[in-house]
Amino acid sequence: MTQLVLFNLFNGLIIGAFYALMALGLSLILNLSGVINFAHGGFLAIGGYLAYMLMPQIGFWGALAVAPILTALIGIAAERLFIRRVYGRDPLYSLLLTFGLAFMIEDGTRFIWGASTVPFAVPSYLSSSLSNEFFFLTGYRVFMVALVIAAVAALFLILGQTRLGMRIRAGTLDLETVSVLGINVRILRNVNFGLGIYLAGLAGVLAAGMLGLQPTIGSSLIMPSFVAIIVGGLGSLPGTLLGGLLIGAASGVVTVFYPSASEAVIYVMMALVLLVRPHGLLGEEGRF
Amino acid sequence: MRLLDRRVANAVILLLLLTAPYWINAVGGYTALGSRVLVLALAATSLNFLLGFTGVLSFGHAAYFGLGVYGAGLTIKYLYANTLAGMAVGVAVGTLAAAIVGVMIVRLRGVYFAMVTIAFGQVFYYIAYQWNSVTGGDDGLSGWRRVPISLGFTTVDILGSDKALYYLILICFLVSVAVMAALLASPFGRTLLAVRENERRARFLGIPVDRHIWLSWMVSCFFVSLAGTLYALLNNFADPHDLRWDQSGDFVIMAVLGGMRSFWGPLLGAVIFVVLQDYVSSQTENWMSFIGLLFVLVVLFFPRGVLGIIGRKTAS
Repeated sequence: MTQLVLFNLFNGLIIGAFYALMALGLSLILNLSGVINFAHGGFLAIGGYLAYMLMPQIGFWGALAVAPILTALIGIAAERLFIRRVYGRDPLYSLLLTFGLAFMIEDGTRFIWGASTVPFAVPSYLSSSLSNEFFFLTGYRVFMVALVIAAVAALFLILGQTRLGMRIRAGTLDLETVSVLGINVRILRNVNFGLGIYLAGLAGVLAAGMLGLQPTIGSSLIMPSFVAIIVGGLGSLPGTLLGGLLIGAASGVVTVFYPSASEAVIYVMMALVLLVRPHGLLGEEGRF
Repeated sequence: MRLLDRRVANAVILLLLLTAPYWINAVGGYTALGSRVLVLALAATSLNFLLGFTGVLSFGHAAYFGLGVYGAGLTIKYLYANTLAGMAVGVAVGTLAAAIVGVMIVRLRGVYFAMVTIAFGQVFYYIAYQWNSVTGGDDGLSGWRRVPISLGFTTVDILGSDKALYYLILICFLVSVAVMAALLASPFGRTLLAVRENERRARFLGIPVDRHIWLSWMVSCFFVSLAGTLYALLNNFADPHDLRWDQSGDFVIMAVLGGMRSFWGPLLGAVIFVVLQDYVSSQTENWMSFIGLLFVLVVLFFPRGVLGIIGRKTAS
């Protein structure tokens, strides 16, 4: 029993790490540009499929390194072509626009790679089990958690320590002043969007290795990321991280006792948080 | 003059809707398509009560629409094979769920409100999807049919006759729309407009803004679940996708496409959307891309919608 709970808790935390990785990208974009990027799940799928295409040529590690960067470039192009045009307008329009993009990306991936799950093989030395007693501790899972931790640490390092990060944080608080101080806000938002999409692409490669790759992978992962942001509080990146881990762990533990409720439980958590703290666990009142 | 114009427009719309089953085949449609337009137009008009006239952005209306669908379907299948009873249960379930969710979200605004409505919308989708033994899961709820309505002196055969069903839906549509129009013309409706235009000022005037938004949300969700029950009757089927976020997006795009500042905008948007979807999905498997493209084009080039553009041209 203990092992079962541990297994599912760990599993939940891994899933939660995914949610957090995706939600952090969403949050970055939302905080600086005020856009809820509904197409984020689509970019996640693009990341996965690009890795799938690249793997025969450059191997798993090469794909892991290159695919998220390519995804980010596609994201930057999408921002320039479409998303930039709805900045400053009613959030209605950015939502509709990214809804449309999400439809097109999902349908496009289905058109190119087919509707069925494509095989996505991770190196065999990663998929073997590390310990006989804790059978669930496969190398890939541990590796994934390590990579998510590294990515999140790098993100917070960039935001906290570099000039770019400082500008992003300042822009989140007061974009107009940042602009007046001589910083090109258009480029800043563009780069920031790319950074968010990079995280989506990375999550896509990792998710493909764990869940298998199919066109709907994005839309099945985006809702929990929304919940992660709401639970953590809009506007707070640490909150988003916490929210992701919390809902992942909760759904993992509930899986043990009542498997069919594992997806519903995260919404129950969201309802509770909204009742007790309407602006999320770490959110500030009045930002959104 | 403008009042006269509006009356003429209303009369023309009413005449077109009343005679639709008699000319729709001649223009390449079919009666069920007309019914579908009306049902989705009712949903979009209800959403627009909130979106266009209260200024609150809900992206989760499919949840209450879908609860209407499932409420009606489950009632007719398991409890009591009576069309009106099914409709009553569907509307009650949808409205009750909206009341509970409404309490939690009424303090949120803008992006936050939109996100939370989307997320809450998914709860019901997961329930319908997971609760296989009752709802049929991913395959949807089938194995039931709408039942002819017995009025005592006569029986309305909505099962056998497409036209009878169309007129039942039309009556529901017209009554609902009339109620919403009357509400908007009342002091309550004017207050909603004040909230939309300037919430802070409305608050300073002593208007209980949260309560008005909650009430507007309830009106909107009540009629959207009514539309859901009609949709269940129309299809003799409940599809979990009726509850999903993409359905919510469809409602919003109908309202925006037609013109969300105009009362009849969502109706026009529904006509365009349904006809387009019907045509494209008969031509290509990749209709989802075209719908997505429609979203993008509307946002980039027609944010005011068809009626918004016409209204602007005539005003200038």
